[in-house]
Amino acid sequence: MDVQHGLDLYTRMCFLRQFEERVDVLYRRGLIHGPVHLGLGQEAIAVGVASVLRPGDNSLGTYRGHAHALARGAPPDAVLAELLGRAGGICDGKGGSMHITSVPHGYYGSYAIVGAHLPVACGLAWAAKIRRTEQVTVCFFGDGTTNIGAFHEALNLAAVWRLPVVFVCENNWYMEYTPIADVIPVALPAADRAAAYGLDRIVVDGNDVAAVRDVAGAAVAAAREGRGPSLVEAQTYRLKGHSAADAAAYRPAEEVARWRERDPLLLTRTALVKAGTAESVLEEIDARAKSDLAELARQVLDRPGPEPAAAWTDVWSDGSGQWRN
Amino acid sequence: MAELTYRQAVNAALFQEMARDDRVVLLGEDVASGGVFKTTGGLRERFGPDRVWNTPISEQAIAGAAMGAAMGGLRPIAEIMFADFYATCWDQVANEIAKVRYMTGGQVSLPLVLRGANGSGGLGFGSQHGQSVENWAMCVPGLKIVSPASPAEAFGLLAGAIRDDDPVLVFEHKALYAGKEAVPDGEYTLPLGQARTVRAGHDVTLVGLSITVGTCLAAADELAGQGISAEVVDLRTLVPLDAAAVLGSVARTGRLVVVEENPGQLGWGASVAAIAAQEAFDSLTAPVTRVSGGNVPLPVAASLEAEVDVSAARVVAAAQAVLGHGRERSGIS
Repeated sequence: MDVQHGLDLYTRMCFLRQFEERVDVLYRRGLIHGPVHLGLGQEAIAVGVASVLRPGDNSLGTYRGHAHALARGAPPDAVLAELLGRAGGICDGKGGSMHITSVPHGYYGSYAIVGAHLPVACGLAWAAKIRRTEQVTVCFFGDGTTNIGAFHEALNLAAVWRLPVVFVCENNWYMEYTPIADVIPVALPAADRAAAYGLDRIVVDGNDVAAVRDVAGAAVAAAREGRGPSLVEAQTYRLKGHSAADAAAYRPAEEVARWRERDPLLLTRTALVKAGTAESVLEEIDARAKSDLAELARQVLDRPGPEPAAAWTDVWSDGSGQWRN
Repeated sequence: MAELTYRQAVNAALFQEMARDDRVVLLGEDVASGGVFKTTGGLRERFGPDRVWNTPISEQAIAGAAMGAAMGGLRPIAEIMFADFYATCWDQVANEIAKVRYMTGGQVSLPLVLRGANGSGGLGFGSQHGQSVENWAMCVPGLKIVSPASPAEAFGLLAGAIRDDDPVLVFEHKALYAGKEAVPDGEYTLPLGQARTVRAGHDVTLVGLSITVGTCLAAADELAGQGISAEVVDLRTLVPLDAAAVLGSVARTGRLVVVEENPGQLGWGASVAAIAAQEAFDSLTAPVTRVSGGNVPLPVAASLEAEVDVSAARVVAAAQAVLGHGRERSGIS
């Protein structure tokens, strides 16, 4: 891996790591209103895929979506304000953690109903195909999504219509608290279903940012060139629970320990050191991300909540919430 | 003025809007070959395969793709063949389409239309293909609801819905498709949120929607023979609701009968009745009364169906009952 590019990817992953760690702290202090689902351990997928997208491309994620929004360029203070229910939230305080959206950055939302956004991704890709914009749409989802009907309807439609969409399954091996192996009749939740839609079986190490970038780059290029959709299974592991309220005690300790050795930041760090990067350079990146996030949290926590009157706006495109005269 | 069937009016509105704006695209099951209810004929031939797309039987994919396409700069029209099938894509409609604008702080608008065949009308479609389901949508903020009662309304309101920048569910009544009416020539649209007084009267207000507007008109004819003057208000849209039109009529007549085809359990008529009871109380000289479909799944045999569907006879009976009340207007002095 080119060292400068590797450092850039590492810096981005490091920021996402520190963002989620800070959110975890804030959650434990009772400062976050509602649930949060942390992407700790899955940073290489968000960063690796985002690194091959163009500014006009679209992406969509799940309720575990902070990293996907930030990776596309969503302003961290607005995302944090949304989580904390403070003024200036990226969704004006109306979406919260599970619905982070940043349309100016091509991030068409985090979806909290499992599978709901796969058909929506088809629609964005369909619009791009009809309008011949060469935009690519990337849709992230978890392993549990592969068992819901919308997954199959969307994969089928995308394949039949040859849509410029890349579906990325973040297989962290757990459907909430249940091992995915307990609820699928095949070995791999996404890859082993690809053939049903005439798609290639694509598996990538989701903790290896360079590998993710390469595989995503090929899939995005295929979509952009009109060669239709792809389904990529990126294998990873969440370092903490399903939500911040979940201690994840159902996972064997040796399994967690094994995956901690494959922490995506650790892997990138090791590769960079091997390529000649000084430890001190990496430590400085870590320290800066940590202090930047602490400072950001302080600033956002100083803000008041959104004005209560805003609860009545933006139901309709005229900005109002009126349903009758 | 050309005489069109309701079905032809739907088709003509689609032609008008697709010709006017090339962002308008159509998707749904069999739509490229004219559709099961023959409302989309000729569109593929006229506008080409980029504008008219056949889908698999995948309502979640249809509704979700419409949402994504609207976010991506198009103005999609998705056909949900039978309105009962909203149950198979209700997540997309109620959780995503209705809420995404609000949940994102207004970052996106969804200029889309979901349309399809709704209602009973005594055609024997039964419990899963014959329901009137506007109510399902009415309890979800963020969805506009259109139910045309005539060919001219089918034309104008569909065109208005397509031009609207919010998600609109258009409920076409399958028992009205064959009915004919003169429709204005040239470009034609109707605004959403404006009820129409289809018959003036001064003794009682009958409020209907879609097929029950005709039920109310038939009842008004019969009541006229008995010396009772009924005013008939066609709501046209449930959201936005033209409550002022209902309240204005009740201010003149003092009596209100609300007529809906769906089961009465939490039907839209309950909302209209509650608004009148609260905001027109001083005008009312009799209890607000509802006539609605039976609170049972819809049966198929004609004799059973007739037993539970609304009818002019039941509206007449309800009007006679409210006319029998002698309460003086309390707010008039």
